[in-house]
Amino acid sequence: MIRTVMPRPGLSLTVFVLWAVITNAASLGQLVLGVVLAIVIPLLTRSFWPDPPRLVRPWRALRFMGVFALDIVTANWRVGRQVIGPLHRLSPAFVEVPLDLRDPFIATLLGSIVSLTPGTVSLHVDQQRWVLLVHALDAPDPQALVDEIKERYERALKEMFAC
Amino acid sequence: MLNAAIEIAFILIGAALALNLYRLIVGPDTTDRILALDTLGINCIALLVLYGISSRSTAYFEAALLLALLGFVGTVALCKFLLRGDISE
Amino acid sequence: MSAASEFLISALIVLGALFVLLGSIGLARLPDFLMRLHGPTKATTMGVGSVLLASAVFFSTTDPVGISLHELAPLFFLFITAPITAYLLGKAAMHRKSAARPAKPPAAPPRVSTNRQQGTADDG
Repeated sequence: MIRTVMPRPGLSLTVFVLWAVITNAASLGQLVLGVVLAIVIPLLTRSFWPDPPRLVRPWRALRFMGVFALDIVTANWRVGRQVIGPLHRLSPAFVEVPLDLRDPFIATLLGSIVSLTPGTVSLHVDQQRWVLLVHALDAPDPQALVDEIKERYERALKEMFAC
Repeated sequence: MLNAAIEIAFILIGAALALNLYRLIVGPDTTDRILALDTLGINCIALLVLYGISSRSTAYFEAALLLALLGFVGTVALCKFLLRGDISE
Repeated sequence: MSAASEFLISALIVLGALFVLLGSIGLARLPDFLMRLHGPTKATTMGVGSVLLASAVFFSTTDPVGISLHELAPLFFLFITAPITAYLLGKAAMHRKSAARPAKPPAAPPRVSTNRQQGTADDG
């Protein structure tokens, strides 16, 4: 029944919270407008959204976000040091990460996460071979990088979304 | 202490803007220039927010948000143009 | 505003500005485009995020009305758009590189009007 009004509860919640945050939740009127937007926007944009798999372990997701925030800080520290250090010591490399997951939405999520963390930018998701193409700023040992990405992020995503 | 911190931050971000401008002018490729423009926009957001703190006014927040939105859309449009423009040649 | 929150705000501002500068140094200094991509996507995003957090703390502690969280909106927005920008720029750069290398002579005289859209599989 609620699904007909709100086909995507998660998206609706995100829209509402974002609206409340932008307007600083200043008045009741703004909150009501937020509810209206949270209902209208998901309905209007329904056809654009892919079907994401269900989040089965929300607590795991929260813990993962904490780990991820810490990773962003340490990653930036590392990149910052590399950038002002001697450049000839860097060994940039293209690395192909074979994926175990088979969901386009989660693969995109993994790509975004990889882009925000340690010296890596994801450039391509090959959906025929299920390979993530990653460019690393400094990867003297590409296999270690692949293992780190798979171990640290892909496994967590797989556990969270059960795919 | 806060005012000193803001002054220092203004200088650091100003230097960052100069470096972005250098990359914007030198190039060498179009993608470099797009990246430099994008970074310039994001640094301007930081500058605006800092100015908002130093003048104790929340009025600059909306400008920062708009800059973030438009900068992203502009960068995506330019990238798409590069991808399509080359393909159709 | 207490001394502790003033210290926190100052630290966040200086740290953020430092990371913004580091990102731009990376952009100006690194030798190859794909390497340059790393500086702005990570360091600059985090630097701006840090400054925005400082602003949120500042207006929360000085404003008599209460907490101010609206700086979190651009923060959230920057963090979800940075990977997309990096991905598209990287794609465009690789595309231009692969388009420039073979340097095929035009087989037929180029006609302007036949603008064939041979989009790649994931394009658009």
